[in-house]
Amino acid sequence: MELVCPAGTPSALRAAADAGADAIYCGFANETNARNFPGLNFSADELSEGVAHAHRKGAKVLVAINTFARAGDVGLWKHAVDDAAACGADAIIAADIAVLDHAAANHPGTRLHLSVQAAANTPEAIRFYAEAFGVKRVVLPRVLTVPEIAALNREIDVETEVFVFGGLCVMTEGRCALSSYATGKSPNLTGVCSPPDHVDYREDENGQLLARLGGYTIDRFESGQAAGYPTLCKGQFSARGQTGYLFEDPVSLNAFELLDDLAKAGVTALKIEGRQRGKAYIAGVVGAFRRALDSLESGGDAGPAIAALNAFSEGGRQTSGSYKKTWR
Amino acid sequence: MSRPSSPLCLPPMVALLIAPLPRLPMEALLSRFIRRLVARRPDLLRRLGAVVQVPVAIVPDDLPHAFLLSLDPLRSSVRICDKTRISEAQAVVRAPFLVLLGLLDGTYDGDALFFTRDLRIEGRTEYVLALRNTLEEADLNPGEFFGLSGTSARWMNELSDTLLTQARAFAARSVAQPERERS
Repeated sequence: MELVCPAGTPSALRAAADAGADAIYCGFANETNARNFPGLNFSADELSEGVAHAHRKGAKVLVAINTFARAGDVGLWKHAVDDAAACGADAIIAADIAVLDHAAANHPGTRLHLSVQAAANTPEAIRFYAEAFGVKRVVLPRVLTVPEIAALNREIDVETEVFVFGGLCVMTEGRCALSSYATGKSPNLTGVCSPPDHVDYREDENGQLLARLGGYTIDRFESGQAAGYPTLCKGQFSARGQTGYLFEDPVSLNAFELLDDLAKAGVTALKIEGRQRGKAYIAGVVGAFRRALDSLESGGDAGPAIAALNAFSEGGRQTSGSYKKTWR
Repeated sequence: MSRPSSPLCLPPMVALLIAPLPRLPMEALLSRFIRRLVARRPDLLRRLGAVVQVPVAIVPDDLPHAFLLSLDPLRSSVRICDKTRISEAQAVVRAPFLVLLGLLDGTYDGDALFFTRDLRIEGRTEYVLALRNTLEEADLNPGEFFGLSGTSARWMNELSDTLLTQARAFAARSVAQPERERS
């Protein structure tokens, strides 16, 4: 299976290539990609250099142009597709039909992957994208069990890519309105979930940390308690006299134990989440999963390397998420 | 704000030794380094975006002073001041000194430190994020700080790497020692 790794900056791309990534995904510094955060992402020149560096190291570069274009204003997204192709990207990851159409019509030599933002999780939807635009791979939403992925793979001729580590979206991606509700900015349109200009932290003299989003207090962490991201889906809500996590706890995905099952389910590529993370995360997580994948084929024990990844996890906790759906 | 001692905090003795040292020479050295970096890497200012000319306070938990950092195409500066005099800062980053150094050189991941509460931020989160991501890309190292290149830079980086590793181990031991004595 191919190991697909994140890069939010050129130095993170180099770290991913050095750590053994088979493919590295990144995006432009604008709202065409779903990690449109301050200080992140690539200019066209930086992408060209990044592609050259990755290719020297034997890794591919996949460019995420995976937000949904504005009605009547698709130019920025089309321009991003043209730039990615000109920079020598090995594939474009897209979700919007206009973006996919532009890439298929104007850059037939550039491979197309369907972003998780498209939330395609049925054979019919995936076949449509394959037939209409020549999509070669689909990134599956983080809502399917391993048997469901195996069943899906038996019905499609398209490669599948699944998330194995990092942040979790509890909802089918591409259909989340929580951030928009609280801040007016959408992960699917402007590329920012919980935009940082709407995030505010306060720690009082007792060490209690209050996290606020768009003026709403969405979580409270006691002194010494592990904190999580300031996203509404991982916020606490009060209802019927009780307060707790309604949608999802602050926790990270780690599907290390399921790598063998995912291989048997016909998965082509494993994706690590985290384009907003630092080089230390990239080196640690990519290195550990590289070892885990290599040990699947040739034996060896990646357990200690994977165990060390708990330090990178949100709230200091990990889950296999929907792959097992133990809550059912 | 008093905090429980982190394994990454320097022993209190270090703060006592540093407190009387003159600030101006250190300010001048740090400002010169930042200006040189900005001049050599104009791409970093593009990455900073709205944070250019915005004062951000870096507050080491275990040192007596705060650092007011302002990045600018022409007049980047670092001011050293009392921790109580950072009201002009638009954002504040607080962490043990070794953690802050580890963020600069890429040893630590900022989000992971935030989860464990070793790193705390206040004020305009977007400024902290832009600064953090820009510093990640800057790939700072001690050789660069002293304006070295080639073999001498490599030697300096290896030496500082060894010293920092030992300092982190020493800090962790000095926290563990009193705990063992209490138990």
